[in-house]
Amino acid sequence: MNRQALGYILFVAFLAAIPVLGIYPIFAMKIMCYALFACAFNLLLGFTGLLSFGHAAFLGGAAYASGHAIKAWGFSPELGILYGVAIAGVMGIVMGALAIRRSGIYFAMITMALSQMVYFFFLQAKFTGGEDGLQGVPRGTLFGLIDLKNDVNLYYVVMAIFILGYLIIWRTVHSPFGQVLKAIRENEPRAISLGYDVERFKLLAFVLSALLAGLAGSAKMLIFVSATLSDATWQMSGLVILMTLIGGMGTLVGPVIGAFIVVLLENKVGDFGAAIAKYTGVEWFQRLGESVTIVIGFIFVICVLAFRRGLVGEANAWLEKRKSLSTRA
Amino acid sequence: MITIFGIPLQAFLGQLLLGLVNGSFYAILSLGLAVIFGLLNVINFAHGALYMFGAFLAWMGLSYFGLSYWAMLALAPVIVGLFGILIEKFLLKHLYKLDHLYGLLLTFGITLLMEGLFRSFYGVSGQPYSTPEALRGATNLGFMVLPNYRAWVVVASLVVCFATWFVIERTRLGALLRAGTENPRLVEAFGVNVPLMITLTYAFGVALAGFAGVLAAPILQISPLMGSNLIVVVFAVVVIGGMGSILGAIVTGLGLGLIEGLTKVFWPEASSTVVFIIMAIVLLIRPAGLFGKEK
Repeated sequence: MNRQALGYILFVAFLAAIPVLGIYPIFAMKIMCYALFACAFNLLLGFTGLLSFGHAAFLGGAAYASGHAIKAWGFSPELGILYGVAIAGVMGIVMGALAIRRSGIYFAMITMALSQMVYFFFLQAKFTGGEDGLQGVPRGTLFGLIDLKNDVNLYYVVMAIFILGYLIIWRTVHSPFGQVLKAIRENEPRAISLGYDVERFKLLAFVLSALLAGLAGSAKMLIFVSATLSDATWQMSGLVILMTLIGGMGTLVGPVIGAFIVVLLENKVGDFGAAIAKYTGVEWFQRLGESVTIVIGFIFVICVLAFRRGLVGEANAWLEKRKSLSTRA
Repeated sequence: MITIFGIPLQAFLGQLLLGLVNGSFYAILSLGLAVIFGLLNVINFAHGALYMFGAFLAWMGLSYFGLSYWAMLALAPVIVGLFGILIEKFLLKHLYKLDHLYGLLLTFGITLLMEGLFRSFYGVSGQPYSTPEALRGATNLGFMVLPNYRAWVVVASLVVCFATWFVIERTRLGALLRAGTENPRLVEAFGVNVPLMITLTYAFGVALAGFAGVLAAPILQISPLMGSNLIVVVFAVVVIGGMGSILGAIVTGLGLGLIEGLTKVFWPEASSTVVFIIMAIVLLIRPAGLFGKEK
């Protein structure tokens, strides 16, 4: 337990040192946003056993909402973020209430269909700028004190948001509420027979997940000073599933690692393809950078077939095995 | 000029026909999804990508080998079916003992892979494909001018859908299939090769998608993304209809296509979302779907 706490402290220290270490802050912030998004998603998939295929709706919805509030209504950044998160929460209530009427595969299909509806809404609505997205949102000053136009200032704000979100999830998972969620994941009929109002728990988990995904979306909007349609596509919903899957669903740190890998992949796949093209002489690999989807799809297939526990899950299993061997010896 | 609610009759019927054409695609695709789901318990996300594959095969056949539309209409479903056998044999087979969600995730990965590959070779812009000679032009029915090819799409889809219904509900092969859906172990105990049946069912389901793809080639832009835009709507169709019944899938598909066409006439902005709104309403009133059974 102490070792775990030490790990977290070291990690936070590392996060705090990133701007000093000369790592490009925008890149690090992007990873933290996706990491929070994936953690929020994992709260639903990993800890409640609900596969939502429409989480991009919350990411994109909050980004558009807070972007619009800041740009058109002159909201301050903190109010803008709050507004975005609230909108994501409302969307979560509506989508969740509909989706939990079915379970399993139907749940996935319903969330996907509903998020596609949200996508079409953003495509057609006047305030979103359609295909171009919402551009040039001013970052402003947080609480009237911190100038967010400075990337390093914004970095620490995003870091605080990420840690806050992570703590909320950590607390939720380790609370009695989280235990009920796990009970639903393991055996829903039994949870019902124990007297738990399963539907209400599922809805609560869904809304909480939507709120946190919205927080990630609003933060992402501030970083890139824009909200784009791509945040709300089903491809984005698929990407967050992949992050969770690679890192290890049902583990707390897994999605963070998964988000790191996926973002790194998106940015570096072009260089990687160029390297392969150089070694193998196959010209086609040069184009790998333009079609990240191929790589993402390939990893998806590999993960589902052979690597379902994810990195953290596999590491945990390996540690367990070693422990049981050493206690026996 | 005759008008309905202030809209010229020709435009009105034209939109209805277009809706019916879309509905035919919904019907074929949701039918394939339902057949596959019945036996494999897998929601085949790759259905849209395989539909796109079918359309591209038609285009490739013509531009690389000079094969006509009619040749590809027969050939493309076979190729897509064979491809489906590969997917089932090498990938899907390993997931049957796990949670059904993994099947969805795997086929999602396959979709991304296929779309990405086609995109890297053909770009995102659509490839043109001309309507076959015999079906060009339009027939004047007196009250409307009927474009021949669209009429053909509707008729061909209906024939294929009802042939599928007939095979599954009225033949011995279909009886085995239905028995396998109910209780695969028992059917296997009677000496039926269930794994083979599963493979062929998957192949047949995706061949339907390939067939729909060829049908769509002359009227829609053949682009790598054509399938996934459709599949999400088909998911909503499946949720609305429920996957319990073959006829239910056909009726729901066609009906929703018609409703979509009507919406295009009266409230064009809502036409892309109307299916999802209907899905939400159905979920509130009848969560199991119109033709579904509550488990």
